[in-house]
Amino acid sequence: MRSQADTVRQQVMWNRLISVVEEQAMALVRTAFSTSVREAGDLSAGVYDIDGQMMAQAVTGTPGHVNAMADAVAHFMRRIGVDNMYEGDVFITNDPWEGTGHLHDITVVTPSFYRGKHVGYFACTAHIVDIGGRGFGADANSVYEEGLYIPIMKFAERGEVDSTLMKIVRGNVREPDQLVGDIYALATCNEIGHRRLVEMMDEFSLNDLCDIASFIFSNSKTATEACIAALPAGASAMGEMKIDGYSAEVTLKVKLDVDEKVIRCDFAGTSGLDKKGINVPLVYTKAYACYALKCAIAPEIPNNAASLAPFRITAPENSIVNALHPAPVALRHVIGHMIPDTVFNALDKILPDTVPAEGAGTLCNFQVSLRPRTDIDVNAEPDTANNQAAHDRDMAKQARRSEVLTFNSGGSGARPRSDGLNATAFPSGVMTMPVEATENAGPVIIWRKELRPDSGGAGKYRGGLGQYMEVGAVEGHEFDISAMFDRVDHPATGRHGGQAGGATTIALDNGDPMQGKGKQFVSHGRKVMMAFPGGGGYGNPNERDREDVKRDIARGYISAEQAQQQYGLSKDDVEQVLNDVRHGRAV
Amino acid sequence: MDSQSVRLGVDIGGTFTDVVLECEAGQFSTKVLTTYAAPENAIIDGLHQVCEQANVKPNQIQQIIHGTTLATNALIERRGAKTALVTTRGFRDVIEMRTESRFEQYDLNLSLPEPLLPRHQRYTIDERVSAAGEILTPIDQADIEAVAADIKTAGYESVAIGLLHSYVDDAHEKCIRDVFAKLLPDVMVSLSSEVSPQMREYERFNTTIANAYIKPLMKSYLGRLESRLGEEGVQCPIFLMHSGGGIISLENAAEFPVRLVESGPAGGAVFAANIAARYGLNKVLSFDMGGTTAKICLIKNQTPKTSRVFEVARTYRFKKGSGMPISIPVIDMVEIGAGGGSLAHVDSLNQIRVGPQSAGSEPGPACYGRGGEHPAVTDADLVLGKLDPDNFAGGTFSLDVEASRAALDSAVAGKLDMQTENAAFGVAEVVDENMANAARVHAVENGEDLSEYTMIAFGGAAPLHAGRLCEKLGVDRLLVPPGAGVGSAIGFLRAPFSFEATRSVFMRLQNFKADSVKQLLAELKDEATRFVRTCSADAPISAHYKVYMRYSGQGWEIPVELTDEQAESPDAATFKTLFETGYVALFGRAVEGLEVEITVWAVNATTAAQPAGSLSPFASAQQMTTSDTRTVFDPAVGENVAAALVLRDDMQTAHSVSGPAVITETQTTIIVPSSRTAVRQSDGCIDLCIKHEGGSAS
Repeated sequence: MRSQADTVRQQVMWNRLISVVEEQAMALVRTAFSTSVREAGDLSAGVYDIDGQMMAQAVTGTPGHVNAMADAVAHFMRRIGVDNMYEGDVFITNDPWEGTGHLHDITVVTPSFYRGKHVGYFACTAHIVDIGGRGFGADANSVYEEGLYIPIMKFAERGEVDSTLMKIVRGNVREPDQLVGDIYALATCNEIGHRRLVEMMDEFSLNDLCDIASFIFSNSKTATEACIAALPAGASAMGEMKIDGYSAEVTLKVKLDVDEKVIRCDFAGTSGLDKKGINVPLVYTKAYACYALKCAIAPEIPNNAASLAPFRITAPENSIVNALHPAPVALRHVIGHMIPDTVFNALDKILPDTVPAEGAGTLCNFQVSLRPRTDIDVNAEPDTANNQAAHDRDMAKQARRSEVLTFNSGGSGARPRSDGLNATAFPSGVMTMPVEATENAGPVIIWRKELRPDSGGAGKYRGGLGQYMEVGAVEGHEFDISAMFDRVDHPATGRHGGQAGGATTIALDNGDPMQGKGKQFVSHGRKVMMAFPGGGGYGNPNERDREDVKRDIARGYISAEQAQQQYGLSKDDVEQVLNDVRHGRAV
Repeated sequence: MDSQSVRLGVDIGGTFTDVVLECEAGQFSTKVLTTYAAPENAIIDGLHQVCEQANVKPNQIQQIIHGTTLATNALIERRGAKTALVTTRGFRDVIEMRTESRFEQYDLNLSLPEPLLPRHQRYTIDERVSAAGEILTPIDQADIEAVAADIKTAGYESVAIGLLHSYVDDAHEKCIRDVFAKLLPDVMVSLSSEVSPQMREYERFNTTIANAYIKPLMKSYLGRLESRLGEEGVQCPIFLMHSGGGIISLENAAEFPVRLVESGPAGGAVFAANIAARYGLNKVLSFDMGGTTAKICLIKNQTPKTSRVFEVARTYRFKKGSGMPISIPVIDMVEIGAGGGSLAHVDSLNQIRVGPQSAGSEPGPACYGRGGEHPAVTDADLVLGKLDPDNFAGGTFSLDVEASRAALDSAVAGKLDMQTENAAFGVAEVVDENMANAARVHAVENGEDLSEYTMIAFGGAAPLHAGRLCEKLGVDRLLVPPGAGVGSAIGFLRAPFSFEATRSVFMRLQNFKADSVKQLLAELKDEATRFVRTCSADAPISAHYKVYMRYSGQGWEIPVELTDEQAESPDAATFKTLFETGYVALFGRAVEGLEVEITVWAVNATTAAQPAGSLSPFASAQQMTTSDTRTVFDPAVGENVAAALVLRDDMQTAHSVSGPAVITETQTTIIVPSSRTAVRQSDGCIDLCIKHEGGSAS
């Protein structure tokens, strides 16, 4: 009886720890300054036992932080030294290899003390908008150009913030107030987690976390192994995907092996490093490979050290998915977000009817660096006869510098029994920012942000639609746009007879072509016209339910032409649907 | 509205319509089944029942206050009008693209909720206003006329107009309305700059569409109700409860029906706030647990906390993000899928999970004997001895303990190799923990420490769980008021006339312009006061000022309240101090050297709160003696205990009973844990306090 009641008690504590890390993450969202954190949810938070093993992690927008976070605390323990940790200490880093994959992610770790005794750790990570260097983009040749590097060190010792570090940080970044505010927000978020943990330990009369940690780990291990055991024993399959890359096309290759209690996932055969900053440290590859496998095999098991352990991810050194220092890695998400589809291409051969067709994958992010226009001389002698010139000078004088980062999504791949999701991120889970919030954050104007008809790959189930965006600046400004798009030359392919989704396009409003990646200048008055990719279709389009095709025409998800060419609907049927819509009749 | 008057409160819920009449002779209430096809029929039925009980004629009723879930249900069940949206070119899909994210990260087969209006019902017009309110693209009359023609051809009944940045400048929205008024005189129009003048297009557009979508339905219902009541001889005005916890006129409700969403739960919070006032409590947690959900609300200084946005119609395990956002002034509540009917199962990790799936009332928990095979929270409560199988719902039907045991055995105990009682304990403990977590998170979000709070519990299942919840949350005092089954309808009778006007206007403190601040707040006060005046021609109206502030660059504002004086002679230094104090209370430390800005301004105009009544103090509590006991499992003690069994009706003022005890009444049962003592107060509330000597909770 007693031990059964203890089991219930331990379940309650496990639930509580998950609630604690969710609170921790929420505190970060509410105090952060970077739009990437506060609007998009690009962050994560977790609690660890005394050995640095992750016990619980908040489910936030970024699978990319999953394993990276799980491994991070061990690095802090090694670098700082457990004997050198005191109450009131806060540690920090943005090391891409020991943190979460690029300099733009700041990881903060706080040791947790209960009644004077060190019992565990809290860690959190957030994507900040600027870390100096070239700015957020793919153009660096090495990590040294990508911004300020903060090795694992103390941000605060016994409650005292390292003012030298803060001066160096302030002196090296474009938006110092924002970054310093974010570092404080990260420290606050761990502090809130710690306070909840202390309350829980009081309530349950715990002296340490050892018992609850082993309860969590043994349950998670057993459950994950049971999920793996349900797969065909000894199964093995290859998966491959080709994408744009930056300097050259990239091939991602993976081999999956299902053993008795583990799944091995090896990336041998994948392309080597790119010259530019789209390379991926292994922590980030592990995160997305693991995420894909967990979605398909064990979606209900919370992330912790034990539930992640059975997924063994390896890749050859200095392949693009295991880049070593000092490779440039700022846009590691471009490749990282493609890893789940690569893994699915292999998993589909082992576990049929489960995984989706390829989707947009990589988030369609861009950063805009705005400044006063430089094509006119604001200090020129006033010419009273020329009102337009005077007006232009006034507008340029009122202009300001600003960095605006936006997160956007293409369509997701069609599923074995349903359409892909329109303009919805996968595998990333971050949110887009409201246009009204973006336009309040900087002198940028988003002229268009809406679904892109005909971009969902045709199939029995249609791929999700991509989206159109048009971006310009407030009068008086010019800007650089740092593009981070893939799938220009390699649209998402369909599965089992489904068609490919629409490819990415980007150009100026006067028709001048632009590149999918890299920083590009946009002169005063010009706009950038972008179309983001759709997801691949699933199954033969001829098998698609006719009613669904008609609904898609009614809603304008597909054009009359596509309805006829891809789905074989008659011209009369199409006309009938469009006429019904005009007259407000149900379709 | 003196206390001698005859007043009627009516709450239309999903299952029951509650009617409460208060007059000199006292309080009379009834529950009748909600009549979906013509909801007014249930009201008329209930009205006659309570009039008969009170010996009052319908024409003697002086005021009717009404709240309803009809608006919410129409949104959830998608039973609204044929509605179109007119929006800025380039932004047709805002309500469909939502936040471009998935609310559940690990479900490959996730489906997103359908937008209220499918894509072909969304029209665009070439126009654009900037974030600063400047016109970037002027609007063209011919374009508007063309859209009007399309809307006419398609035969829409209602139109929502939502343009980008219209919270800064509403000229284009009004321009479209004027043209539509001429060309489409029979079409109802809702403007985003009037319904919800706040930044963030997805929330604003969706709220405006929701308003347009339910407007024809609600307008027609309210009109029918008014005439039906007239036919029954009722001659008094009818008012509506809104989601912000106040009352508005029938005409305003018909114009802005989206403000009626959540009016029922708002009534519950007002009910609790009124009791808080009677007891002079400044920190109260209201806890309302029914059959399918539990709602938790913070009530500070006898006023429920309010918020500017909430989510309705969640489609996926009550998960945040799976519903649709509505941005209107609303009482801030957390609602989770935890009620008496919530079902328990064991997941792949051998963990007991409870809810959000619910057995509802049909088939209901296994113990109802109506074919339910899965164990619900009520089944666990029954096995644990918290409910009397032979005296449920006033003895109207008996509960089948064996059915509960069998359901628990097959779904929980068998899978975990546990005894039935332990499985029942596990289910109750997990649901209590879920609710406690929700309450904790809500408190943290608001920078509050629950150990200083008193809980007020109502709703059918709350008194069974509230004691344990208090133990988990470190809450020392719990009040269980009488009439808890019709709490919302009573709450309607306690609500003031009120209306909150809000506006998004950005202002950095370094550019603080005292004159424009003063003017803006005065305008909002006038706007809000005008609404209240339509309800009450002469009652004194006071204004409550609130601004939402943040550090420049942050995305999350914190509310800062201003006194009349601070609002009438505003200065930047005071605003800054108020903000920093609030920020430190919420997040621990202020951030040095950052600019502070104001984003949203709100003024709530309100009449005085209804009198709370008073308590008659008593010298000392009298311990009741009873030989009846029931075996109850006490989770804090970890074993079965012999609980004293008392009837609530037998408890007179000052009577007390020491836990463990079970206090039964027709509607529900109050569990007094071993750690608590219960005493009856003069207003009928059962007051549970922590024992001081020795017997504290573990």
